Amino acid sequence: MSTIVDARGFSCPQPVLLTLNEIKKVKKGEIIILVDTDTSKENISRAATSQGWNLKGIEPDGTGYRISISKD
Amino acid sequence: MRKIAQCFATRWGIISVGAFIGVFATLLQRWGNPANMGICVACFERDIAGALGLHRAAVVQYMRPEIIGFVVGSLIAAYAFKEFRARAGSAPVVRFVLGAFAMIGALVFLGCPWRAMLRLAGGDGNAIFGLLGLIGGIWIGTLFLKRGYNLGRSQATHTSVGWLLPLTMLGFLVLMFIFPQVEGQDKSGVLFYSVKGPGSMHAPLFLSLVIGLCIGFLAQRSRFCTMGAIRDFVLFRHTHLLSGVIALVVVAFLTNLILGQFHPGFGKQPVAHTMSLWNFGGMVLAGLAFALAGGCPGRQLFLAGEGDGDAAVFVLGMIVGAGFSHNFGLASSPDGVGPYGVAAVVIGLLTCLFIGFTMRKEVV
Repeated sequence: MSTIVDARGFSCPQPVLLTLNEIKKVKKGEIIILVDTDTSKENISRAATSQGWNLKGIEPDGTGYRISISKD
Repeated sequence: MRKIAQCFATRWGIISVGAFIGVFATLLQRWGNPANMGICVACFERDIAGALGLHRAAVVQYMRPEIIGFVVGSLIAAYAFKEFRARAGSAPVVRFVLGAFAMIGALVFLGCPWRAMLRLAGGDGNAIFGLLGLIGGIWIGTLFLKRGYNLGRSQATHTSVGWLLPLTMLGFLVLMFIFPQVEGQDKSGVLFYSVKGPGSMHAPLFLSLVIGLCIGFLAQRSRFCTMGAIRDFVLFRHTHLLSGVIALVVVAFLTNLILGQFHPGFGKQPVAHTMSLWNFGGMVLAGLAFALAGGCPGRQLFLAGEGDGDAAVFVLGMIVGAGFSHNFGLASSPDGVGPYGVAAVVIGLLTCLFIGFTMRKEVV
């Protein structure tokens, strides 16, 4: 069961803060993050991998992206 | 195209952009811009406010093409890489006020973060106090961010909203062509032009514009941000943006050495004063305002170019703040802080604290 973080509409550094807070909370599993800018997409990808999470995929979602990250 | 897009997101991408800015900002000084002020977003927006007559400080009035280039270059990059997204509605009035006080703080120090770094790279020791203040202000901002401070979500909106600031900048450029500078005259049509002082010192228009366009394009791609560099390091220990900023300082320093523009010391530095406490204090205010608004003044211009209407409001706040700074005697000069500069910094800090403490919204 994955959790969803909706970071759409937030400017820097909120999307990364929200993602890292969720990572701290769930510790492992899958997290889906919704963003609406390329900057947030890049920042979250970088932040998640630096925490040892895998970048499972990035899919277009409406006018933004749906990023899925996971850790076993 | 995707490969080009990805290379800017790498560490070498951001380092290259920082180095590019370091070289060309320093060269712009050689080509006519004021010393240690090859590019200063705060000073140049202040000069634009002067060119428009929003303040009448005769020595700082010039429609700086670099700023126009930043916004339009970012717009071009955003369209070329399909990243232009018009958005707005995230507490615009707060962003306006933060922009105004960011400018007021920056003009007490006499420079934005870019100029603080260029001043350091040119040997101006006073910049150390400004940079320490900047770090201090951003650190306070991170405390608010950790407590849940945010300005709320923006909404996708009409494309024309994202075009308004780029169009305004293009309008400014058109005004420069219709009313070009006339040697020895302080006014041409509706535009003011300094005949002496920093506002009279500028590189040729086309050179400034082309370099501005290039930096706007590259910075949009790489997300270059001086405030973000410090904030991300303090908050997350991330060094991605910081490596670009360090590249800027190192390369600007080396270019200054080669060009003979490195003059170490504290006294008699160009467009600078030696009141260390207020060099520090002005930048605490600016740093806090940048952190609360989510970007340094350069980054706000690049965001405005890619369709962010809230960043555009911050930019307009800075330009209006420059008007207040000079009309009310808040801005410093080489003699020291202005008569009401200290009071303005205190009021600005209290305003930022009010915003930081009260604008907490639990994110759902």
